[in-house]
Amino acid sequence: MDLDLTEEQEMLRSSARDFLTKECPKTLVRQLEEDEKGYSPELWSKMAELGWMGLVFPEEYDGMGMDFLDLIILLQEMGRNIVPGPFFSTVITGSLPILFAGTEEQKKKFLPKVAAGDIVLTMALTEPSAEWDASGVQTKATAQGDSFIINGTKLFVENAHIADYLVCAVRTKETANPEEDISLVIVDTKSSGIKCEVMPTIGADKLCEVVFKNVTVPKRNILGEVNKGWATIAKTIQYATIAKCAEMVGGAEASLDMTLSYVKEREQYGRPIGSFQVIQHYCANMWTNVATSRNLLYQTAWKVSEGIATPGDVAITKGWINEAYKFVTERAVQCHGAIGTTRDHDIGLYYRRAKSTELAFGDIDFQREIVAEHIGL
Amino acid sequence: MRFGFTKEEEAFRQEIRDFLKKEWKPEYNGRTPHELFSREFSKKLASKGWLGVGWPKEYGGLGRPHTEQLVFSEEMMRSRAPCGAHILAQNMVGPTLIRIGNEEQKKKYLPMILSGEVTICLGYTEPNAGTDLASIQTSAVLDGDEWVINGGKIFTSFAGEAHYIWMVVRTDPNVKKHRGLTMFLFSMDTPGVEVVKMDTMFDYMQCQVFFDNVRVSKDAVVGELNQGWHYLTTALDHERVFMGGVVAAHQRLFEDIVEYAKTHHRNGKLISEDPIIRQKLAQLKIDLEVGRLFAYRTAWIVGQGMTPFVEASMTKIFTSELERRLANTAMQILGLHGPLLEGEEAPFGGYVAWEYKFSLMQAVGGGSNEIERILIAIAGLGLPRP
Repeated sequence: MDLDLTEEQEMLRSSARDFLTKECPKTLVRQLEEDEKGYSPELWSKMAELGWMGLVFPEEYDGMGMDFLDLIILLQEMGRNIVPGPFFSTVITGSLPILFAGTEEQKKKFLPKVAAGDIVLTMALTEPSAEWDASGVQTKATAQGDSFIINGTKLFVENAHIADYLVCAVRTKETANPEEDISLVIVDTKSSGIKCEVMPTIGADKLCEVVFKNVTVPKRNILGEVNKGWATIAKTIQYATIAKCAEMVGGAEASLDMTLSYVKEREQYGRPIGSFQVIQHYCANMWTNVATSRNLLYQTAWKVSEGIATPGDVAITKGWINEAYKFVTERAVQCHGAIGTTRDHDIGLYYRRAKSTELAFGDIDFQREIVAEHIGL
Repeated sequence: MRFGFTKEEEAFRQEIRDFLKKEWKPEYNGRTPHELFSREFSKKLASKGWLGVGWPKEYGGLGRPHTEQLVFSEEMMRSRAPCGAHILAQNMVGPTLIRIGNEEQKKKYLPMILSGEVTICLGYTEPNAGTDLASIQTSAVLDGDEWVINGGKIFTSFAGEAHYIWMVVRTDPNVKKHRGLTMFLFSMDTPGVEVVKMDTMFDYMQCQVFFDNVRVSKDAVVGELNQGWHYLTTALDHERVFMGGVVAAHQRLFEDIVEYAKTHHRNGKLISEDPIIRQKLAQLKIDLEVGRLFAYRTAWIVGQGMTPFVEASMTKIFTSELERRLANTAMQILGLHGPLLEGEEAPFGGYVAWEYKFSLMQAVGGGSNEIERILIAIAGLGLPRP
């Protein structure tokens, strides 16, 4: 057992924290919530200069060759600052499938551009049914000569409005086993027949509706084999779920820190409210949730890195962190009192995100059912 | 970063499991005291050298690293092996003597503890000093070459079986309450010591101990005079590592209950098919995993030579509250059979019924969870004192 971060990981953490504190203040976060694009191209290119987009890509694709656990540490810092923008969709759900299943040609075409910060990617998986499994994919791709013709509607597609390419899950077959009917295809968002609209959400996370009407995509854009896309999607979801957990843990840490500072300063009845035992119990419980979440996150990220994580491990982690982040932000608002409910206060930014991140990749009930299967029920 | 146990550690685990298979065959009965105490079993552990599993070699221990102590603890807890006869001496008294005892005390007590033949009880709590332990009133006054002790302790586990008592006593009533306490170690056969067994819901061999002009020699003082509070609050390293194994006991009960749910029917279907039961069991699995990993972290911090004050408090809070939830859900799954104490219809020989009562204990003892949370807030998070 060695539960310490390495020196390099500590350095990555502190440099990311310094950078984001300076470059991504809450004024920017608020401003970008109202912004049509939802991200700052200036911050985006600075992040690319630091090598963040290509952190886990091999060096031959202009990456830094670091491992998933390193990326987790970076994402934790990004979650702490609730950095707006398409980092998650580009690097995690957009690039990992290419890394997992892409041909050499596809990797060479897309990954260096991602690493340079030149393109934005996202995965188009979910649809109006809002399901995470293969049966939820109803968007059809029909073969026609050297192309596929795509028809259907994708919903909750993060940052599709600014994406250059969509990594899109499509149905290419109809059998009794939906997991064997799905293909992944890279779609240029400039293709004709694509209509994209941003849907406002409490997380200000730029989820989009993407409608495909007779969109033609060359067959060479298939990622991996036809009808074999689900395995890649499942693997990507596993990584993405833990990556999302990292953001959530970072957000919970920030919420706790903010609350601790506040209860030490805020006075009522002539003394800091942090001296009251009820508040002390709240804070101890918040810290417990943060500390256990962080510990669990690292273990599961390590397992994912080592290729030994089971679906049960991932579900346990997401399930726990879902509830922890919500608990911490809800108590945080309570400790702040009425001021915590105002738009001007930072804590609400986290409270809203705790809910939207909980629902991404499955809420607690969804995760518990996976755990139930995992223990043989 | 690297999680999990090494091959060597897993080999040690297997060795313990093989030993337990041969030497420990528990039989449960919810009506009679649950088997927590067996001198015979403690002596068998002693013959393997395992009572000093984490003690330094120069004092007769095996000098095993913290991870192997953790493995040892997990296997003891998982098998529900009776540890009452030796555990306080093994984890608290022995290691503290090694640190602060004089040569004579070490020579006298350490081999005794390692042999598994003596039991040492812990005299801390008093009727008017529970959570506020530093307010104890049992006093020792020097009279010539002897200390004269008067007062009483309560909830002293295994005092009726103990040969010695490790006790905190007030030796200076005129200073701040934390500053006037001293640790004593002496024989329970000393004239003036009286033990009265208490009756708890779970028959945990708890006692009241009364001291009426008990005269002990100066050798009974451990460490420096009036430094007792310091020793008491810092002598917990081995205890903390051992505590890391406690989730293994809960994991075992959980597995039993899962198996029960998979093999028993209610309302015409398997209990495990009920979506609400599935959700409850899955949540317990999540909690168990979280608790186990955090307990590992706490033990690991000890292994790094640091003191995990807040982590240890949190592990204690988390695992004790998990134990209550687990026992409650277990009883619900057993349904009307759950409360049966014995007989053919009693599942697991009434063990779960016993555990349901016993599960109250951890959240209350060893610092109530309420005060532990306040310790986390003040010592760990820097909140102002009330």
